[in-house]
Amino acid sequence: MSLTLEHYLLLSAALFTIGAVGLVTRRNVIVLFMCVEIMLNAANLALIAFSRFHLVADGQMFAFTVMAVAAAEAGIGLAIMVNIFRHKKSLLVDDLNVFKN
Amino acid sequence: MNVEQVLFYLFAFGALAGCSGVVLSRNPINSAVSLVAAFFFLAGNYVLLHANFMAIVQILVYAGAIMVLFLFVLMLLNQRDEELGKRTFSIAPLLGIFAAAVVSVTIGAGFMSYRNATANFPADVPVSFGTVQQIGRALMTTHLLPFELVSLLLLIGIVSAVVVAKRRL
Repeated sequence: MSLTLEHYLLLSAALFTIGAVGLVTRRNVIVLFMCVEIMLNAANLALIAFSRFHLVADGQMFAFTVMAVAAAEAGIGLAIMVNIFRHKKSLLVDDLNVFKN
Repeated sequence: MNVEQVLFYLFAFGALAGCSGVVLSRNPINSAVSLVAAFFFLAGNYVLLHANFMAIVQILVYAGAIMVLFLFVLMLLNQRDEELGKRTFSIAPLLGIFAAAVVSVTIGAGFMSYRNATANFPADVPVSFGTVQQIGRALMTTHLLPFELVSLLLLIGIVSAVVVAKRRL
């Protein structure tokens, strides 16, 4: 029995789940960002596995685009976090409740 | 087990362990470092999938650029180990974990219902598959519009990051 598409898809689903669990359990905004990166990488792994399965390179194009979007998102998101930290002196989601009430 | 399977399980468990480390470690800097390790293992998986260019880009862009940015911000803001403090019990994370489990089961079922998920990978891979030449040619011809849109997006990203993070324009 050799490697099948199933192996990679299960790995991708497992990584996505870890990212999703981290997203709902952690409280630090930067760690939440890292969990989003994990989920994006899980999607990339599935795309590249399908690309290898069908021997069509379009999946790698998608993954490439996802990486570029992730880079832009990380840049802007971290800039926003620096600004939030400057105002609130904290990066915990519990403290960022300006809109509450 | 042949060499490819051994490498796959090595990389897969490495990636899983790295990502679990991100979620489980209390200190955000430990999270960032284990995420870098996970990215390296994922790049190894990309090599196994004959996506050599994507593996290099994964290391350069993700492990090299994005995670360095994360580490810079973490060390710049120099937070305390705040999550070590009081742990208030609330029902929200449990509900969240339940929702995440439901989502993952849905994704897994969707993947498994794919008509030939258990089929082997095609054995004869073209020599040019996943090389810089093939990717570059595709980016400049069939995928030219997404490529240009991504460049525009990155430009917007640069400008808005400066605008947002600057104290006073």
